Amino acid sequence: MTDKYDMPDARGHFGPYGGIFVAETLMPAITELNEAYQHYIKDPEFLAELDADLRDYVGRPSPLYHAQRWSDHLGGAQIYLKREDLNHTGAHKVNNTVGQALLAKRMGKTRIIAETGAGQHGVATATVAARLGLECVVYMGAVDVERQALNVYRMKLLGATVVPVQSGSKTLKDALNEALRDWVTNIDDTFYIIGTVAGPHPYPAMVRDFQAVIGREARQQCIDQAGRLPDALVACVGGGSNAIGLFYPFIEDKAVKMYGVEAAGDGVETGRHSAPLCAGRPGVLHGNRTYLMADDDGEIIETHSISAGLDYPGVGPEHAWLKDTGRANYVNITDTEALAGFHTLTRMEGIIPALESSHALAYTTKLAPTMRKDQIIIVNLSGRGDKDMHTIMQREGISL
Amino acid sequence: MSRLSTKFAELKASGRKALIPFITAGDPYPEFTVPLLHEMVAAGADVIELGVPFSDPMADGPVIQRASERALSHHVGLRKVLSMAIEFRKTDQTTPLVLMGYLNPIEIMGYEDFANAAQRADVDGVLTVDLPPEESENCVALLRERGIDQIFLLAPNTTAERIQKMHQVGSGYLYYVSLKGVTGAGHLDTADVDQKLQLIRANTDLPVGVGFGVKDAETAQKIAAIADGVVVGSALISKIEANLDDPQQAKHEIIALLKSMRQAMDV
Repeated sequence: MTDKYDMPDARGHFGPYGGIFVAETLMPAITELNEAYQHYIKDPEFLAELDADLRDYVGRPSPLYHAQRWSDHLGGAQIYLKREDLNHTGAHKVNNTVGQALLAKRMGKTRIIAETGAGQHGVATATVAARLGLECVVYMGAVDVERQALNVYRMKLLGATVVPVQSGSKTLKDALNEALRDWVTNIDDTFYIIGTVAGPHPYPAMVRDFQAVIGREARQQCIDQAGRLPDALVACVGGGSNAIGLFYPFIEDKAVKMYGVEAAGDGVETGRHSAPLCAGRPGVLHGNRTYLMADDDGEIIETHSISAGLDYPGVGPEHAWLKDTGRANYVNITDTEALAGFHTLTRMEGIIPALESSHALAYTTKLAPTMRKDQIIIVNLSGRGDKDMHTIMQREGISL
Repeated sequence: MSRLSTKFAELKASGRKALIPFITAGDPYPEFTVPLLHEMVAAGADVIELGVPFSDPMADGPVIQRASERALSHHVGLRKVLSMAIEFRKTDQTTPLVLMGYLNPIEIMGYEDFANAAQRADVDGVLTVDLPPEESENCVALLRERGIDQIFLLAPNTTAERIQKMHQVGSGYLYYVSLKGVTGAGHLDTADVDQKLQLIRANTDLPVGVGFGVKDAETAQKIAAIADGVVVGSALISKIEANLDDPQQAKHEIIALLKSMRQAMDV
């Protein structure tokens, strides 16, 4: 790999990964989207409006917080938390939905659709749709509707129609299938806001570019607060949007190590997990080539994670490329370890993290003690944990 | 000349149109499929599209999704479908057989292994829903070397430029999906299809099959009047779904529907 990083190529390839693998009906819509995106991402007026929305509506910049007590407790590297949980709607997802909604408006689309797993992206989409007065339909696996009831209610309050998806494993991948079917059917007036760095080109690059504000801010904040760049970055990876958002602005900073944390569920060795980069193989799903969880016949395997937002059998193609080139390391954390990470941060720092982010925190508890006290880790605290109270209470046998 | 080219040339010479039924392999159970294929040929099918079940059929409506789920519950995947193709060929050496499905099973098997296996099974064409021409180069080359046609989809919003691209990389026939949407949806507008066919024909001389929305003898007749082939899928699979407790009845109804279509198309 050269020092200069300029992925993807014009057709959306990250090495062998990415690309456009969709049914013919979607091709014109994807071409239209790509042309609009390539135009507006360089348009000063669009970028000024986006910056203003991120500042005044989302509440950016999000703080970079030195978790001193937790760092001291672990006795190793200094841990800084990038507080995406403090964004409007409580997670990093809104960075992307604000951007794509502005694009939808510029393209004259009147109807927004989205898929959601944990419900964070669905809420973030319903939020921007409400603000712009656009019709909004969110597809959500029936299993996720059950375990994320609070977010379902939030979306409904915001005026969105939430469609429970009953096909397949009734989780995020099936919601994505159903959203694609809707898009094919209503292609003229509908804009599909994908919530992660997956899907056909230009989605992986576009969502990355909207999320890269996380890493740009964190890089500058770290220099301002600590006088230098961090030594390591840690973020959870489901589809991988919060991780790419943090990693991307550091890719050319070769000394900065990157750790993407996948969900090991019951443990990678049990087969009941959501860790395609750690234990999957390359294939094609949802419009791009990437690492997947598939059996020998190429059928997609059902995934398992306590965290609905990580319960996805694929991963963004750029992560596949960063894995193969060795630029980023991909590790995994079990449900049990993630829960321990959840409690640790809550009790040590008075911050209740999302279960997704808890995977990154749990890995940090392993990584920090192996580093020196003058070294720095930035962890992406991608979302807040309010939505997970029900799941955690159920898991720990608590009732109110 | 491939079996598909031969078949379409013969049909053209006799002034007839191709009747192309689609069914999902292994639905409702594996042993049902090969005998049904033979009976469909006897009922007047010219080309068979055999669906390879996939866990995530993104371009399919509920009817074909459920067919995939039923087949997958019997573990019918790409390898099993290839073995069904071998069995079919034992007693039918003339009817073109096209495998239709999604790319991932082929990716996981590997393009070259798949091309070899398809050749061994004497498959005539491969239609991969989520493999547009831009990404198809490697796969098409391997299939072409083995005399297997790669069939591409055309949609109502496909441009002339893209039709030319399909013409370059595709062979056998092109499959025009007459509706924006998933399989099994909506109603067919013959005038729209006719108009689009003119654009398609201006850019390719490959035969064009039309599908999505073909439900009965009447729609089959209308499409046959303007296209080279009529594809019927969800309407057949609905018969399986309506008779899950009596698959022989399903077969009976499928054959009756195909015969009525054949008759209407040949008038």
